[in-house]
Amino acid sequence: MLQPTPPVPQPLENMGQAIPRYEATAKVTGQPLYAADEPIARPLYAFFKTSGVARGTIASLDVRKAEAMPGVMKVYTHRNAPPRKAVKHIMTGGYMSDTNIPLADNRVRHDGDIVAMVVADSYEIARDAANRIEVRYAAQAPAATFGSPGAVKKVPEQAQKNAKKAGDFAAGWSRAPVKVDARYSTPTQHHNPIELYATTAVWNGDQLTFYEPSQFVYSTANGLAEQIGVDPAKVHLVNPYVGGGFGGKGILTQRTALVALAARDLGRPVKLVLHRKQAYGLTTYRAETRQRVRLGADRNGKLVAFAHDGEEVTSRADDYMVGGVENTVEMYACPNIATSVTLVKADRNTPGFMRSPPETPYMFGLESAMDELAVALNMDPVELRRINDTQKSPISGAPYTSRSLMQCYDQAAAAFGWSRRNPRPLSMSQGDWLIGWGCATATYPTNMMASTARIRLTADGKAVVEVAAHDMGQGAYTAMQQIAAKRLGLDPRQVTVRMGDSALPPGPVAGGSMTTASAGSAVHTAAGKIAARFGGAMPAPNDLDDAFRRLGVTQIEEYAEWWPPGQGPQAVRALYKGSMGGGGGEEGEQQEGNAGGGKPMMAAFGAEFVEVRIHRLTREIRVPRMTGAFAAGHIVNPRTARSQYLGGMIWGMASALLEATEVDAKRARYVNDNIAEYLVAVNADVPQVDVILVPEVDTKVNPLGVKGIGELANVGTAAAIANAVYHATGKRIRDLPITMDKLLV
Amino acid sequence: MRPFTYERPKAIAEAVSMARSEGAGHVNAPVQYLGGGTTLLDLMKLDVMQPTRLVDISRLDDRLLRGVSRNREGLRIGALSSMAELADNGMLARDYPVLQQSLWLAASQQLRNMARVGGNVLQRTRCPYFRDTSYSECNKRIPGSGCAAMDGVNRLHAVLGVSDKCIAAYPGDWAQGLAALDAVVEVLGPGGARSVPFGELHRPPGETPHIETSLQPGELITGFVVPGEPWPRSLYRKVRDRESYAFANASAAVALRMRGDVAEDIRIGLGGVATTPWRARTAEGMLRGKPLTEAAIRAAAEAEFAQARPREHNRFKVALGPATITRALLEAKAMEV
Repeated sequence: MLQPTPPVPQPLENMGQAIPRYEATAKVTGQPLYAADEPIARPLYAFFKTSGVARGTIASLDVRKAEAMPGVMKVYTHRNAPPRKAVKHIMTGGYMSDTNIPLADNRVRHDGDIVAMVVADSYEIARDAANRIEVRYAAQAPAATFGSPGAVKKVPEQAQKNAKKAGDFAAGWSRAPVKVDARYSTPTQHHNPIELYATTAVWNGDQLTFYEPSQFVYSTANGLAEQIGVDPAKVHLVNPYVGGGFGGKGILTQRTALVALAARDLGRPVKLVLHRKQAYGLTTYRAETRQRVRLGADRNGKLVAFAHDGEEVTSRADDYMVGGVENTVEMYACPNIATSVTLVKADRNTPGFMRSPPETPYMFGLESAMDELAVALNMDPVELRRINDTQKSPISGAPYTSRSLMQCYDQAAAAFGWSRRNPRPLSMSQGDWLIGWGCATATYPTNMMASTARIRLTADGKAVVEVAAHDMGQGAYTAMQQIAAKRLGLDPRQVTVRMGDSALPPGPVAGGSMTTASAGSAVHTAAGKIAARFGGAMPAPNDLDDAFRRLGVTQIEEYAEWWPPGQGPQAVRALYKGSMGGGGGEEGEQQEGNAGGGKPMMAAFGAEFVEVRIHRLTREIRVPRMTGAFAAGHIVNPRTARSQYLGGMIWGMASALLEATEVDAKRARYVNDNIAEYLVAVNADVPQVDVILVPEVDTKVNPLGVKGIGELANVGTAAAIANAVYHATGKRIRDLPITMDKLLV
Repeated sequence: MRPFTYERPKAIAEAVSMARSEGAGHVNAPVQYLGGGTTLLDLMKLDVMQPTRLVDISRLDDRLLRGVSRNREGLRIGALSSMAELADNGMLARDYPVLQQSLWLAASQQLRNMARVGGNVLQRTRCPYFRDTSYSECNKRIPGSGCAAMDGVNRLHAVLGVSDKCIAAYPGDWAQGLAALDAVVEVLGPGGARSVPFGELHRPPGETPHIETSLQPGELITGFVVPGEPWPRSLYRKVRDRESYAFANASAAVALRMRGDVAEDIRIGLGGVATTPWRARTAEGMLRGKPLTEAAIRAAAEAEFAQARPREHNRFKVALGPATITRALLEAKAMEV
């Protein structure tokens, strides 16, 4: 039954070479230095003491035992912590993931808030000392989540601004002969990258160098400079590799300034590695959502009304909003549409971006409801999507630059064997295992932001590409290498790529799936400028030496700035400041693929099919196979693209069945804050995943014809699994994750 | 982790004399034996356990502590055998599959390489309120402080053997098989050697959840004896959210001796649902000497859970437990031996 997919897919139409990953050999031989690996002379080690309550004040704080320990240099508390400037949240034009400034006063605002920082000669001493700090709290009852006493609803301005509407939903809904009106919910989730969150700060005079995993080095460095009142030119962030980010390392957290200021105060480098459990309260997470989906259709399955309403949890401090209803209502043709998003403010740290922030929760709602509608219509769910497929926005009427959703469905359905499905629930089984098949749509908007790049070509035919973009494992080094090599007419192996360093020309955030489209376009442009030096056509590599001689130079260096259509040079100026964009605040909003107002619609699509098996007695849910087909414009490298899709579908499966941060409703605390109890998929959960790359040509999105893929494949999986669980059992589970307890009752 | 004294004795007698100490129950004694360290070192790093002295027995090369042997009395397993070593033991897989499978399905290969089967039966609960010292309420950590799990997140907590003081589940797998097969625990302590029936090793929480076993400070488990004939018709069924490397939501260690359809002897140990390794004697009593039909098993399994006391999030275990017993017994009955 196990048939491994060929690891190196053949390039099809409009795909680049499937060359091996740029840093593959380095990684499998353990060479890359991640942030906390950086060898530093005589560092001190910091460890946080974090709060045991989610809301209250510190009634007493006794640090004497910690201070008395040999090797402890200093214990920082709210009584002696260095002041930091208040910097705005990322969504309101600032840099911070959470504007609550720890150790600024004696208040505790969420679980795991910092109440003290020990700096000592060793990690072990710092941690032991932190354990010996005695804190008593004057605790108040916290609001944990939806429905908690004290949680406050708020409709932020942005939600009102972004709300989408077409026709008259109420009228369409009242006339619809077939209706689905269902409520869905998705859980709190944490990124849990294997590389822990770490910061090392080294001062050299008034110059600060720091090492920290970052998905946006310019933003992290500029934000830190502002927070500690230092000229940004004197702050240097080095981070060539990120050991998994998923959005959690995209935005500056409050820990960094504490470490930097302690290093300055103590006159020695300071290194901090957050304990895994501390990351739950001190970085961001995917907030839980509650949704209501109303779908109305005529008897032929044509949608006539669609309303998607969401509620999301955020902190008291910040109005972080996901707002995926703006994207779900663009999925299918429908004349009458309405959306709303309401925030629920609770005593929590501020949530943030996590892989496909809007689509992951909200497409679960929509694609589950589409399946419910197919059942209500007694119609094949693939046909329901076909009937409602569209090539233009149902809101603005603007056309999609390209949209190959049904090609994805047809190829995936054929590979999966969908035609052999008996649509009746409980109709397929093998021994004691109930079998269910389900499918769902995946989508991700094509986001872009400005980028710069610098390329140096030497007469020996070697090129160095420099751009402060980021590789979290997604294949960005390889993509930049291939894009430059193609335009320069070089073998990719002759191209060196340098990224992840704020001393390099700025690149985009590694978020919103826009690195290849954005940084790739800048690299392509810089390479084009080099080609222009030779009159537009690159000489063959063997002729380069002569060509350089004719020009009278030994090397050519070109710097390029690129911005997406509709933006201008101010977008590059904003990029140099590490701003998320010239205008919008949210990740990926700079050139929002699904923005209305007649702008072209730009998005990648996919279709995912899964088989679930559920034991008739114990109700364990297993997923023996998944098939996904995806179309995303030009594919730079089919090998790394396939890897992204594999990882995405596996993540999506885990998100459907396993991943949830348990929040103690009484205490507003994260309970399973470790990766023994916070479950992600292991190899045994993933017997077979098949990926189909569907060729697609898009000449409009950007010069490369590239759409983003990193956040595409995990989007449809949860709904596909929920739909398969319904098919297997006849039970519709609308609350993720789908665990055996929900099938046993 | 707090500083401690590390001792490496050369012989068992020396180890036992080093480990002599005071304390209420074994797990809170200031002196602890160090075997694989997979629970102890973890809890020391978390500051949950704060022993002042560790006696490292992991390198003792005493025959008493090592290997698997069989004689007329039954099977004997040395306490310092690693979980991995026994999981790979072909004789166990053939003659005592329940024991081999319980090890194979536990933890990860890396942990099985380190952990020793003697220490494994003393593995401490995964209750998150116990494992995190920032919670002020935990009767197991701080006697009399309360129990946060009662009104907290308790999906993975116990429904059997619970008390008003504690609902923490026993997390291990290996112990279920030993409980089912009436194993005897060999113990060496400052007062000499003694044998403890496996069912008396773990103490239900009652009023004193901080006292988890009947071992006294300084006592060392040296081995386990499984008396009588082999149990080739036996298996360990572990039901969990994730396919591998996860604790049981419910598990059943079952062993049968069949004559036709009739269960002449039947043993059921339960994990994931109880505060201690749980022997399902009610269900066994209803099924012993009876034809093993699905309906009969289901009724007996539900009777076992009539005494269950679920909380808000672990109510499903009252259904999952009987389902797990039913599945395990039907699968054991169908085994070809």
